[in-house]
Amino acid sequence: MSSSRTSSSSLVLSTPRVLQGDIAVWIFLLAELLAFGVFFLAYAFARARNPGLFDAEQAGLDRQSGLINTLLLVSSSALVAQAVAVVRRAGADASQRAAAALLGAIACGLGFIVVKGHEYAAHFAAGMELSSSTFSMFYLGLTGFHFFHVVLGLVVLVVLWRQTAAGVYRPGDANGLESGAAYWHMVDLVWLVLFPLVYVMH
Amino acid sequence: MPTRDSVYSPLTVWQTLVVTTAITFFAGEFGPAGRWLVVGVLALALLKGSLVALHFMELRHAPTVWRLSVLGWLWLVVLGIVGAYLKGMP
Repeated sequence: MSSSRTSSSSLVLSTPRVLQGDIAVWIFLLAELLAFGVFFLAYAFARARNPGLFDAEQAGLDRQSGLINTLLLVSSSALVAQAVAVVRRAGADASQRAAAALLGAIACGLGFIVVKGHEYAAHFAAGMELSSSTFSMFYLGLTGFHFFHVVLGLVVLVVLWRQTAAGVYRPGDANGLESGAAYWHMVDLVWLVLFPLVYVMH
Repeated sequence: MPTRDSVYSPLTVWQTLVVTTAITFFAGEFGPAGRWLVVGVLALALLKGSLVALHFMELRHAPTVWRLSVLGWLWLVVLGIVGAYLKGMP
């Protein structure tokens, strides 16, 4: 009994503080966050100078698509987190179960692309261009920049899925998986600010 | 007894993210426009972003400087947006 208490308290005291994933990837992620942050603030201050225009044009956005895409991204992110947890716990079929979670994450990401593609198609059919207005410039620029990151993230997820299914990652040896996961969570994190900012606040 | 890590499992974090996302959407559809909507949905964005950063990106176990970098980014962006929106209010 005393030994279990000792081991649990020493576990708490000695758990090392570690960054999961590659430090170079994390530095890259911070740079990405900075770029998105500047873009968000530029949008907010541009709107402050012309709230009427932004509110009128925002009313033309499909908020339901924004909702579906938010749900797809948080689900995708959760599945990636689940895949990392499964690999770390090891156990029977860990690689296959983690690969299945990653496949689900990829499906959600593809769903995001389809929904956003539909939205863009509707905007372009209605004649929206980057130069149509200050709002359309920010809307297309900001969501387009994010869309590009989703596409890139999906390429990363496909690589992770193949590697995981091949049993490359093991407990204590999953740096590549953790780095790619951090990138995908960053894409999710940014959207969690973008959705209320661009689709909801008026 | 559930541990801290089981309380914040990917499943429970996902459930919270889904519920707060739904609240954000319905606030936009049916809530009053203006400062309460802005402050309310951004407070939820802070909560959601913190959950993703701490539990999905696993910054809860990371060295303080990394955790503060990402959470600090989130707070700065959110407070900046609130400031800009309140400035643009009639």
